Amino acid sequence: MIDETIDRSLRWLDDRLGIAKGGRTFLDKIFPDHWSFMLGEIALYSFVVLLATGVFLSLYYIPSAHEVVYHGSYVPLRGQRVSEAYSSSVSLSFDVKSGLLMRQAHHWAADIFLGSIAVHMARVFFTGAFRKPREFNWIVGVSMLILGIVNGFLGYSLPDDLVSGTGIRIAYSIIESIPLVGSYLGTFLFGGNYPGNGVIIPRFYILHVLIVPLLLIGLLAAHLGLLVKQKHTQFKGKGKTEHNVVGTPMFPTFIAKTTGFLFMTSAVIFLLGGLAQINPIWQFGQYEPYQISYAVQPDWYMGWLDGALRIMPSWEWVGWGHTIPLEVFLPAVIFPGLIFNIFIVWPFIESRHTKDLAYHNLLDRPRDRPLRTAAGVAMLTLLFMVFFASSTDVLANFFQVPLVGVLWFFRIAVIVAPVIAAVVAYKICNEMRAAEGIGKRKRPQIVTRSSTGEYSTTEAEPRPGDGVDELDAIPVPTYIDLVPPELATGAGVRRVMR
Amino acid sequence: MSDDAPRLEGPLPPAALDDPHLQPYAKHPERAQAVAAVAMVVGFVGFIGFGVAYWVGDNPQWEAVTLGGGLLALGFGVTAWGKYLMPQGPFEEERHEFHSTEAEREAMTAAVTERGGMVLKRRRLLGGLFALGSTAMGIVLLFPLIRSLGPKPGTTLFETNWRKNSQLVTLDGRPVRVDDLAVGGVLTVFPKGHTGSSQDQVILIRLAQLGPLDPPLVIHPPGRTDWGVQGYVAYSKMCTHLGCPVGLYQEQTQQLVCPCHQSIFNVQSGCIPEFGPAPRPLPQLPLTADSAGNLRSQNGFNQAVGPGFWERP
Repeated sequence: MIDETIDRSLRWLDDRLGIAKGGRTFLDKIFPDHWSFMLGEIALYSFVVLLATGVFLSLYYIPSAHEVVYHGSYVPLRGQRVSEAYSSSVSLSFDVKSGLLMRQAHHWAADIFLGSIAVHMARVFFTGAFRKPREFNWIVGVSMLILGIVNGFLGYSLPDDLVSGTGIRIAYSIIESIPLVGSYLGTFLFGGNYPGNGVIIPRFYILHVLIVPLLLIGLLAAHLGLLVKQKHTQFKGKGKTEHNVVGTPMFPTFIAKTTGFLFMTSAVIFLLGGLAQINPIWQFGQYEPYQISYAVQPDWYMGWLDGALRIMPSWEWVGWGHTIPLEVFLPAVIFPGLIFNIFIVWPFIESRHTKDLAYHNLLDRPRDRPLRTAAGVAMLTLLFMVFFASSTDVLANFFQVPLVGVLWFFRIAVIVAPVIAAVVAYKICNEMRAAEGIGKRKRPQIVTRSSTGEYSTTEAEPRPGDGVDELDAIPVPTYIDLVPPELATGAGVRRVMR
Repeated sequence: MSDDAPRLEGPLPPAALDDPHLQPYAKHPERAQAVAAVAMVVGFVGFIGFGVAYWVGDNPQWEAVTLGGGLLALGFGVTAWGKYLMPQGPFEEERHEFHSTEAEREAMTAAVTERGGMVLKRRRLLGGLFALGSTAMGIVLLFPLIRSLGPKPGTTLFETNWRKNSQLVTLDGRPVRVDDLAVGGVLTVFPKGHTGSSQDQVILIRLAQLGPLDPPLVIHPPGRTDWGVQGYVAYSKMCTHLGCPVGLYQEQTQQLVCPCHQSIFNVQSGCIPEFGPAPRPLPQLPLTADSAGNLRSQNGFNQAVGPGFWERP
């Protein structure tokens, strides 16, 4: 009965949209089984949570610098004159049911979104998944990373609290540092010299909730569309070639697993959102340009930029009646620009270097590409070093060492550490390639002692992935004989050909 | 299937229900089903719990535990169903190279170059005029897009509201008197009528004494020896690095520290930057005291305050 209804509906749709052929192919799409393929899914699903919680927040947040008297339920703030943005952010935390959960989940989701993008990107890089024909998707991914960082900054700036306001002040000064046009860009964007005429919050708001998300959704559609068109990469293994994909089908196996993963990713975000406090804006207080707090760190994905600003020497260039604040312009504009450009052009640098123009659907093991792995490790080390440099003050306090010493440590480490890490990574890759049988799972040996004291050794049963008794891959079957074979007598068994 | 195997063609026989590719991954499917079922029940209970937690209200911890727990359990259940009870194959699909044939590529190029060439090369004038027009359009549309956003900086980056004889007031507008601060005290002050202004914020410090009986210690840079009064000195509170308020005064070392990027300024020698990324000293505000004992500025700042920018000489 239900089958007939489904058949009728699909025919109705196919008459109008012609979905049968493509739809079947889509349901048969093969997803390779490897844990590292879930990293991108974490990013996707935290983005889903971001959209959902973000829509909730947008119903209560008021993007306005207009001054109002706070009357909400947070007692210490009552009667104070604060901006509408700050007041509504506190109110949606305390006076809207589930508001605090949603706001904190939104913030955690952003941190997880960018974290999973970073790890996903590292996976794609170290396994060479960006190679021909997937250069476009690599660039789309890097663009989403950049937009994600931008939108994270815009988003945590909206509550107009002391910490985020300080971030906006710094952003203004960074814009101001651009030679020739910086002062103009700054006053244009802020509606006057800092803090401007109050337009910056509504402008950040429309960028944060409409323009950047729209771009992100478009790029996400392109990212997934290209993934379907070009099909997944896969690791080398039994029966896996450049001309096939081996794994489980979209329907039903992958759908079930990935739906569960969507739920579990959201679960972690909501558990963090309700149990782990993040960005307690009511403790920071409203932003005032003459106030500051100690140990103010931005969200983690801005840390590398903050760290670069901290360890930069004070090299201001002055001459011919002009100033170029190189101590700001180099670490905050040129440095990230350089890093993102290296990301974008890497696939082309590599293919030019290897003179490799072939299609690559099988993934590399990182150790088989020592140069690429070393380059990636150097980049990661550099980024980690500038990231840790964004907490020089906290580290100096924690280890009870002079701040000046910590700063000099990082100034030297950002240059030396990536070189050392690259050399070590290169050597390790070559060592691993030279060692025989490395990376292959070893079958455990079970040693038994008999009652007479004799020892004997037997090999443990093979486990999935040992490459023993593994089936050959077959195309996804469309028709399945639903009658158990022991009951099949020949007559009455459905035999419909594919 | 090996690399050179022939591609699948024609209909396939239906798979039998006992085909090993369709068997559950779990060794004991009944147990896997029981685990998944329990997880899904827990998930259901979790969501009901969230409904209750929401209705009771005011407890984000319970909301998180119930909603998160529900999502986690239901997600675990459906994942277990997919991973342990659904067909794991391995299945494969072929990968086709998606580039077109050589003839199709040639036709594509020809469609662009020949049809395009036919019209464009013959009508260069029209092509050029269209390019000219659309370029002009692109440029003039930038005006409303960018120029409408805000005013030109003009001289605003160089200006503050500190004038000759401006009265120093606190945030709540109270005039600052010479006996307001103890030695070693600091206060954020503004010119009267401009409290809370970013550009005008000034940090007023009454410098420490070496010993309890020593006179207040003030070491001014040359040329500014009369810029302080009775041990008071005043500096712009905007860091010359990125404009954060330089809010940390370390009395023992006589340093002002910017909490944002740890620039350190030496208060005793005119707030020159001793360490960190700040490139310039904090601009100093010359002070005087009027006959009634109120602190006033001798003059405005002699330079732009805050971080550097292109137009700064």
